[in-house]
Amino acid sequence: MQANLKVKRYNPDEPQPRVRYQEYSLDVLESFTVLDALIQVRDEVDGTLALRCSCRASICGSCGMRVNGRAKLACKTRIAELAPNGEQLTIEPMGNHPVIKDLVVDIDTFFNQIRRVDPFIQPDSTPTQGEFIASSESMTNLLGVMNCIMCGACVSDCTVLEVDDKFIGPAALAKAYRFVDDPRDDRSSERLKKLNDEHGGIWDCTRCFQCVEVCPKDVAPMDRIMEMRDMAIEAGNRNTPGYRHTESFIRSVRRHGRLDETRLAVDSIGWTNVPGLLREAPVAMKAFTKGKLPPLFPHKAEGNSAIREIVEKAEGGSK
Amino acid sequence: MKYAFYPGCVARGGAPELYESAIAVMQRLGIETVELTRASCTGAGVLQEKNRRLGDVLNVRTMAMAEQMGLPILTICSTCQGVMSQANHAVQRNPDYLDEINAELAQEGLVYRGSTVVKHLLWVLLEDVGIDRLKSTFSKELSGFNFAPFYGCYIVRPSDALGLGENPQRRNSLETVIEATGANVTDFPGKTACCGLPILLINQQNSLKMVSNHTGAASDAGADAMVTPCPLCHLNLDGYQPRARKNNRGDAADLPIIHLPQLLGMAMGIDHDKLGMKKHVVSTKDLVQQLNTNATGSQPRVPQT
Ligand code: SF4
Ligand code: SF4
Ligand code: FES
Repeated sequence: MQANLKVKRYNPDEPQPRVRYQEYSLDVLESFTVLDALIQVRDEVDGTLALRCSCRASICGSCGMRVNGRAKLACKTRIAELAPNGEQLTIEPMGNHPVIKDLVVDIDTFFNQIRRVDPFIQPDSTPTQGEFIASSESMTNLLGVMNCIMCGACVSDCTVLEVDDKFIGPAALAKAYRFVDDPRDDRSSERLKKLNDEHGGIWDCTRCFQCVEVCPKDVAPMDRIMEMRDMAIEAGNRNTPGYRHTESFIRSVRRHGRLDETRLAVDSIGWTNVPGLLREAPVAMKAFTKGKLPPLFPHKAEGNSAIREIVEKAEGGSK
Repeated sequence: MKYAFYPGCVARGGAPELYESAIAVMQRLGIETVELTRASCTGAGVLQEKNRRLGDVLNVRTMAMAEQMGLPILTICSTCQGVMSQANHAVQRNPDYLDEINAELAQEGLVYRGSTVVKHLLWVLLEDVGIDRLKSTFSKELSGFNFAPFYGCYIVRPSDALGLGENPQRRNSLETVIEATGANVTDFPGKTACCGLPILLINQQNSLKMVSNHTGAASDAGADAMVTPCPLCHLNLDGYQPRARKNNRGDAADLPIIHLPQLLGMAMGIDHDKLGMKKHVVSTKDLVQQLNTNATGSQPRVPQT
């Protein structure tokens, strides 16, 4: 079968480095992956093409790149599946990483994020003899995150990292969870407090599902971040707008069965945060004059007493 | 075509023009609806941050109500679609979990068997109404207009819960509908990215950068307006566009953010006031004016069958 590739090229050593796209057409086997095709290009067509790979079996995590705009492992992506009729495939380096050359990115960005979460177990004591024993049950919850192969796909497509390079990022936050929830670690609450308080921590994720969608190992970093938000709240970290936002949302569903957008905004900013409230007032006024501000007293869902019972049972009574 | 109608909180709150335009458009399409007035909020993913199970209970409750009525659910909110699909996906794959949740619904006399189909109006257009039938309801020519699609997150991810694999037409549904109106699709990189709303009140700087990046890129690419199936995206992209553009690009907000039903309503020739075109922060005045000029010479289109 025919493979048509359009590859993003960049070589910093050229006299005037610039980004360009180069097209390759080649005959490939039905079983070929994107990586197989790129290696064939490098070996037979154009030896200057730079790419990174090792295991070719989706284990080492070194062949992350964007195929048609989405981060993937090139060695796990079959051409026949994405382009059965020779459709052109656009191959680009991963996003949110500096490009070194062609498809090779600098992975320092990735590992600096990982380092930020102290990715090692910190016990308070040493075992009296032998090693720490962790029960099988206490570790099953961690199997998912331990599957991470550090490929950077989630970091590549994270929508928050696109606008803020201070965000710790999905892979490192999933890694943080791995230690927060490890029964042998004694720094869980300090870890949670730091992740709760610092710029770029758990509350900065925008829940866009990109990391869940692109991860080749089903680590689902976003789900881990959400679990840590709940854990941080349970551990008493109630100082963030994110906490007030979530609490206000649940309170509104409990009271009205519905979302009360006005209260949600005021609660999140904080009732005593006058400068914050004033900052939002013009936007609210503008919306109001356009006839689109939510009602001050929201419509209640008709079944709201039944809804209240469900919420109270799950979340406890009135706060 | 009859559905249990789930408009979502924002259509009943901060974006009333969505509700109004959807009702008008569905009438023209011959879509019959019974509104689920006893249903709760879906939790919008926010409630799920703290308690996913509670979110599933609330959404299963809503889907059980529709099941009892023997109707599929139609929603006009991408976020509601996403969150309900996720809950449906979770219980359909796990009968024990469904039993647990049903136990909590028993006192209301509800039980869910897992059969409810939840569909956004966008998908209903493609899968139940059909593009030819849709086109037959259009009477105004929108050719010459350039519309940028903005899906947001919840109607494209996670793709397994949303059934995108089995229903590949859903992946470019918005482009398909824009093209059906005769308008051009303006492509830009951020169409399936996040609008920034979930962090608006948590990290406003980042949220506004997203608004500015997306509306700015679409504008630079020549869009006259952006079309979205998600009222939450609308709130941020419309309401905060002036501040976002000023802070990040130093330019003025120039891109009207219209709801999917408003686009359909424009093509159907429905009165602009009825579509709530004035209830926008970024003015739709130029758009509406251009539409009126355009329309003078236009012919009602006949469906090609
Ligand atoms: S869900 Fe959060 S961490 Fe994951 S890609 Fe989106 S913003 Fe980044
Ligand atoms: S979480 Fe998934 S996508 Fe992210 S680095 Fe690990 S394996 Fe790769
Ligand atoms: S080459 Fe090792 S993961 Fe692709």
